[in-house]
Amino acid sequence: MQIILISTLSLVALGVLVGAALVFAGKKFRVETDERVSRIRECLPGNNCGACGYAGCDAMADAIVKGEAPVNGCPVGGNQAAVQIAAIMGVEAGSVERKVAFVRCKGSCEYTRNQGNYIGIQDCRSAALSGLVITDCTYGCMGMGSCVTVCPEKAIRVENGVAVVDRRLCVGCGLCAKACPRGLIELVPASAHVAVQCSNRDKGPLVKKVCQAGCIGCSLCVRQCQSDAVTVENNLARIDYSKCVQCGACAEKCPVKVITPPVAPAEGDTGKAG
Amino acid sequence: MKSLILIMIGSALINNVVLNQFLGICSFLGVSKQMKASASLGAAVIFVLTLASAATSLIYDHLLSPLDLDFMKTIVFILVIAALVQIVEMFLKKKSPAVYRALGIYLPLITTNCAVLGVALTNVQDGYNFVESVVSGFGTAIGYTLAIVLLASIRSRINEDDIPAPLRGAPIVLITAALMSLAFMGFSGLSF
Repeated sequence: MQIILISTLSLVALGVLVGAALVFAGKKFRVETDERVSRIRECLPGNNCGACGYAGCDAMADAIVKGEAPVNGCPVGGNQAAVQIAAIMGVEAGSVERKVAFVRCKGSCEYTRNQGNYIGIQDCRSAALSGLVITDCTYGCMGMGSCVTVCPEKAIRVENGVAVVDRRLCVGCGLCAKACPRGLIELVPASAHVAVQCSNRDKGPLVKKVCQAGCIGCSLCVRQCQSDAVTVENNLARIDYSKCVQCGACAEKCPVKVITPPVAPAEGDTGKAG
Repeated sequence: MKSLILIMIGSALINNVVLNQFLGICSFLGVSKQMKASASLGAAVIFVLTLASAATSLIYDHLLSPLDLDFMKTIVFILVIAALVQIVEMFLKKKSPAVYRALGIYLPLITTNCAVLGVALTNVQDGYNFVESVVSGFGTAIGYTLAIVLLASIRSRINEDDIPAPLRGAPIVLITAALMSLAFMGFSGLSF
C-alpha cells in the first residue's frame, strides 16, 4: 500500500514540477511573433512546394507580413487563399486563377515510335544529357517521368509512353515544367480544356513522318477561331488564354485532332484527349 | 578515462543503436531521403540524447533509486525527456534562433523516438554513473548520426540507379539497411 502511495505521489509531484517549469519557461522565453504570420500560415495550403519562390509556406507567410510578397502570391491556394490572406492583411486581393500543368505532347505509342531501346538511367533529364535521340520526334515526351518524380502531389503519370496530368490532383506548382528537359509542360488556367497537345515546330510533312498525332501547322484552327485566340507560329498552333472562350471550334476542325475538346473526357479531368 | 573511451566506442559502433539494437528505425528509414535532412536530424539526436542521458541519470540516482521506485523509470523518463526537450526548445528559440532554425522540426520530433528512451533505460540497466551515462548517450547519438548519414548518402546514389521495378522505393532501402546492419555486426569482433 505504501509503495503505491509513494509512487503515485512522486509521479504527481514530478508532473506538477515539470508543468510549472514549462509554464515558467514559456513565460520567460516568450518570443514575440506577429500573430498574422501564423494566421496567414493557416490559409496557405501547407505543402511547401516552393512555387511562390520562397522556401516553403512558413517563409511565404513571413514574407507576406513583411510586405515582400503579394497576398495573392500563392499559386496553389489560388483565389481562396488570396482573399483570406487579403482580409488578414487588410488589403484588396487581386485575383489569381488556379493553374494546372498541361503536357503539350500527344505522342503515345500508337502515334509515334522510339528510335531504339534506351538503356541507362531512367530519367528524361539524364537521357537528354546523353545527347542520344530517343524518341522519333525530337520535341516529344520521352516518357521516362522526370515530371512524375518531382511532382509533390503524384498528379502525373506516364501512360502509354506519354506523361499525363490529373487535373484534379494538380496544384499548379510548376515543378514539372521546370523538370521537363524538352519544356513540354506549361501551366494553363484550370478552366482551359482547349489546348494544343503538341510542341513540334517542324514543317507539316516532317511532323507526319515522326508522329501521327502531331500539329502540322495547317492553320485551319486559326480560321475557325472567332476570338482571335489561336495563332500558328513556327508551324505550331498556340492558344492565347486571355482571349480563348473555350468554344472548341478549333478542336472540332483540327484534321489531326491535336487540340483537346472543350469538355474533358468522360474518365475525368485528366487533361488527355479521348 | 579508458573506460569512458570504451563506452564511447561501444555505444557508437559495437552496439550501434540503429543497426545493432534496431531502435529508432522509423526516423532512420523515414528521414534518410536527403543528406541535409538526415544531418539535421543527426545533430538534433546528438543534442537531445546527450541532454536526456544527463537528466535521466540524475533523476534515477537522486530520486528513483533512493525511493526504491525502480519500476517507475520508464514513465518518469518519458515525462522528463519530453518536458526537457520542450524547455530547451523554448530556450533555443529565444536565445539562439540560428540553432533553433537548424534543428527545426527535428528537435520536438526526436523526443518521441524510442532510441532516446532506449538509451536512458540501457544506461540505468548497465549501472552507469552520471559521467558514463552522458558519454554513452553522446556515443549512441554519434552512432545514430553515422548510420543515418551513411544511409542517406547510399540512398542518394541508389536514386540514380536502374533498380528492378519491384524493388524500387521502400524494399531497396530495407535491403540496404539490412546490409549495413550486417556490416556493423562486424564491429562486435572488436575486443579490448
